[in-house]
Amino acid sequence: MATSPLAKTYEPLKTLPGDDVRQILWRFSDRFDLAMLVQSTRAVARGPVARLVAAGGRQTHDWTDAKNALLAEFDNSGITAAYMDPEEGGYLEGPKNLALALIAYELAWVDAGAATGSLAGCLALSPIHERGTQEQKDHYMGLAAPAPGKTPWRGAFALTEPIPFVGVETGMLSGRVRIVDWPEGGEPMLEVTKRGRFITNMGFANFVTAAVDTDDPRFQGSCMVILEEGDPGIFDRGTPTKKLVHQLSSTSDPVLQLRVPASRIVGGYSVVDGRIVPTYNHGEIIEAVFRRTRVTVGIMTSAKLLSAIEPLIRYHRDRFRGSGTVPPGSPRYEYGLQMKEDVTHRLLDIWATGEASCSLGFVAARVYDQLDPIEKEKDKVLAEAGIKGSMAALKYFKKRIPEALEFLDLESKAGSLRNKVRYQALKADPVVQYLVIDAQANVFCPACKLWNTGHGSQVMREAVSLMGGYGITEDCPGFLGYKWMDTQLEATYEGPEAVQRRQLSITMTNEVFLAQFRSWITEMRRLASHQPASGACTIASAMDLWLWTLEHLLHSGDADGQKLFHSNRQGVTFPMADALCWLLASRQQILDVQALREQGPLNPAVADGLEGTLTFLNDLCHMQAARSAGEVSRICSTLAYGYLRHPGWDGGCSSCVREDEIFAIESMVPGASGFCSDFVREDGTHDAKAGPCVQAVGLGDFVKLRTKLDGCMAGSMLARDRAAGSIQKVMIPAALDYPQ
Amino acid sequence: MPYQIIVCGGIAPDPLQTLEPAMGPAGPALKNEMMLPAVFDPWAAHALYEAAHLARQFPGSSIRVVTLAPKAKLQQVMMTVAQKLPFELIPIDGPGGGFTDAVEVSKVLAQAISAIPGIDMSQFLLFGGWESATRGSGCVIPMVAARLGIEDCFLAVDELKIEDGALVIKERVEGGLLQVSRCSAPPAALAWATGSLPEPPNHPQTGMANMRAMMPALQRAKPAGLTGEGFSVPQATLPAQQRQTQVVKDKPAAEISRELLEWIKG
Ligand SMILES: Cc1cc2nc3c(=O)[nH]c(=O)nc-3n(C[C@H](O)[C@H](O)[C@H](O)COP(=O)(O)OP(=O)(O)OC[C@H]3O[C@@H](n4cnc5c(N)ncnc54)[C@H](O)[C@@H]3O)c2cc1C
Repeated sequence: MATSPLAKTYEPLKTLPGDDVRQILWRFSDRFDLAMLVQSTRAVARGPVARLVAAGGRQTHDWTDAKNALLAEFDNSGITAAYMDPEEGGYLEGPKNLALALIAYELAWVDAGAATGSLAGCLALSPIHERGTQEQKDHYMGLAAPAPGKTPWRGAFALTEPIPFVGVETGMLSGRVRIVDWPEGGEPMLEVTKRGRFITNMGFANFVTAAVDTDDPRFQGSCMVILEEGDPGIFDRGTPTKKLVHQLSSTSDPVLQLRVPASRIVGGYSVVDGRIVPTYNHGEIIEAVFRRTRVTVGIMTSAKLLSAIEPLIRYHRDRFRGSGTVPPGSPRYEYGLQMKEDVTHRLLDIWATGEASCSLGFVAARVYDQLDPIEKEKDKVLAEAGIKGSMAALKYFKKRIPEALEFLDLESKAGSLRNKVRYQALKADPVVQYLVIDAQANVFCPACKLWNTGHGSQVMREAVSLMGGYGITEDCPGFLGYKWMDTQLEATYEGPEAVQRRQLSITMTNEVFLAQFRSWITEMRRLASHQPASGACTIASAMDLWLWTLEHLLHSGDADGQKLFHSNRQGVTFPMADALCWLLASRQQILDVQALREQGPLNPAVADGLEGTLTFLNDLCHMQAARSAGEVSRICSTLAYGYLRHPGWDGGCSSCVREDEIFAIESMVPGASGFCSDFVREDGTHDAKAGPCVQAVGLGDFVKLRTKLDGCMAGSMLARDRAAGSIQKVMIPAALDYPQ
Repeated sequence: MPYQIIVCGGIAPDPLQTLEPAMGPAGPALKNEMMLPAVFDPWAAHALYEAAHLARQFPGSSIRVVTLAPKAKLQQVMMTVAQKLPFELIPIDGPGGGFTDAVEVSKVLAQAISAIPGIDMSQFLLFGGWESATRGSGCVIPMVAARLGIEDCFLAVDELKIEDGALVIKERVEGGLLQVSRCSAPPAALAWATGSLPEPPNHPQTGMANMRAMMPALQRAKPAGLTGEGFSVPQATLPAQQRQTQVVKDKPAAEISRELLEWIKG
């Protein structure tokens, strides 16, 4: 058998990947503005934030002065203004998704509550930023922009309501809006009543963007409305939520009943037949907001996984040092717990998951950076064509989908084989490009929110347990116990896992997405032909299996003929969504390492030791690919077979071979009986089992794909062993760099 | 009167990293030095913050930082330092570690400073660290000063005040004492100890403005061309770590400190 050309000896990882490596992996090595933002956020995270955590700042639910002081740190270091455009008081040009993702990463490296506190302000402004009128944008962004000597306004975003109203189901709004005064030819006055639950930043917010529904025949549907603390009426912040997590952010259940002018309706309104018709209903605004902010939440958990590596290596290595019976120089002294294979292997799982989930999170952020300007161009095209409202837009997009598919087809062809003129025309068409990028964004965002936080929280538990008893103490280096708890909130707020799965189950069947998915399989195979041990081929095979299974589920029924892939069948759609996340994360991890392979040699600070870094990160890709393939394989098999009814003996045994026939076959061709699945004895009895083995009609291709995928696991454990060697050798800092 | 302040400052590996001397093909080096995160040399950083303080008091003053360091690493370091105060960076590409010849380094720095157009010696202040975190020779700034023809050179400076145009300088001297000197006018060279100023907070707008000029400067940075001729470091070792534990109860602090002193003295 031919083997892949893997070197027996290898260059180990020399140091933990530094900023230069991360900048290449996450594609911002040409952005000094972002590199600076990382440094200033890091200084806040590892300085004041870490000191507050270490000093027990998380021990109270109240919004203390010490917690409040962090807000000024965010303002002074540029974190608050990072969300704003330069003309609004910010300093970063262009889209901000990657910038916010990096802020979330750096803060959550130490404490995700601090990250939430800083980002909730952006969440409150998002409805205004994404859908507000120009006046609303100018006014509120201006108030919220920090400047020397000025305390900026801070906001809260209020959607969730006390039980039994909105939670996962965002439609069940009980917050109400009604018209209390409408002077002739003047601005209507509204009364807004909203009770919130778990509202972040509420302890200090100066304004709230609240989702409410109509309580008045003269007001159509729902909307989001801006409420200020000085408005007449009740602005009760409510009691602090007794959170077990993210204690450095403020959360409470406010009660708001305020009179505001109709100009506070986010995005404005028109008057049609004597009724106020908001430009956007609350659902439209929430969709525009969450699709961006959820990415940063996903990144929080990823950051924590990678942050656990250094403290864990130090703990394991130093575990027996200082004992009189373990002399320096002995293996036990040098390697400590790293002598145990399981310790290194489990640490590798944490590391690989951290890398894959960062890859997925940061690509999602970059896709939104790509999408933002295209979306604006698309809006212009729609406006010029006189297309108004989301339904009309959807209809228009449907007509243009064939062009998006044509573009993707041309793009998958080699340059010499494609019609260049047509390709360039489609590439320059904002609607076509919007459809392509939007299809990606609609999958990447929920995938990263779902997988990074949901699977991430399980892996974070591993990190805690690898630290032994120390892991579940307040002074565990790296605050791992807190971080584990916190992941549960990241998996919950801004739409828990069920919401992400539900969204994925729709967006992943978009034909524009699936066309891209198909081309990614080819891309992985091509990459694998140059980098056979990268896991790329494994992922390509797993993608094939997933795609086959999806098509199968979309077009077949269960044992009773009921449709399988259906919005009510979350038992089918949700696991397929989960499986897709594994694939996307692994694929992106492989692509990021490929970027390092290509660009690393050009940077002298990276080139030194690059071989070891690449070997190690590549091995992590390979391991992770095998893990992903295993998950996909398990899920696809369960779904492909799980809805078939297992045959019983009572259904007859037409496929059984008779016992005497088996003896005859065996006497002629020894061993051939192994190919006969079931047999029946002369007395009509069978082996003690449930019935004949399942031989499903129509699943032949599935069996082939799955068997192939099993083989694709080859090499993954060798990669793990090699990476474990690096874990024992890698040089780590002498001490953790926080609290500073 | 405005001042033209030149701060000479290198970079050093982040002190929290494991710093292990190792013999490389070109003599001693730190293990994996290029891969370790670096910081602006802490001694020079004090000088820089003092420069910023002085420049703020005398409008029209300028600050330039002359650095000899590997430019790829310097670029990363600037992502933090450039956010602290406005200054111009004059980078020279070359080895940044402690195993270079201080004489050669001072020559390169002096040449770079001499090449800056428009230097007015009557406003000129040369700042730098008294020592550096990498080499600690304590002689680079005096040698640069000498090469530039600056005669008034102050070492281990902790404070600079301007009184009627004169420089009033507090230096650390032997025996825990401070010496106050009065220098009637620039040019002067001040090699700073720690000063008394905290690290300025990051200011992203300042950083953005600085980096717009620094990125092209870094790209254009010329190689220092250090030859290392006539200079060698035969050996480099870390002080050995020692650990001796005693379990005692209710011992007075004075007693503990006396014992510690004896232990340190050996
Ligand atoms: C600390 C904290 C801060 C928060 N900050 C804010 C904020 O600033 N603003 C704001 O508006 N909200 C905020 N929230 C609220 C948060 O967004 C909600 O808690 C979250 O969306 C889940 O809603 P719920 O708690 O009502 O869960 P529920 O709606 O009760 O859902 C519970 C579980 O039921 C299952 N489930 C429910 N519906 C479905 C379905 N359709 N399909 C399948 N399964 C389903 C899922 O397993 C789900 O996780 C915050 C929450 C916390 C804890």
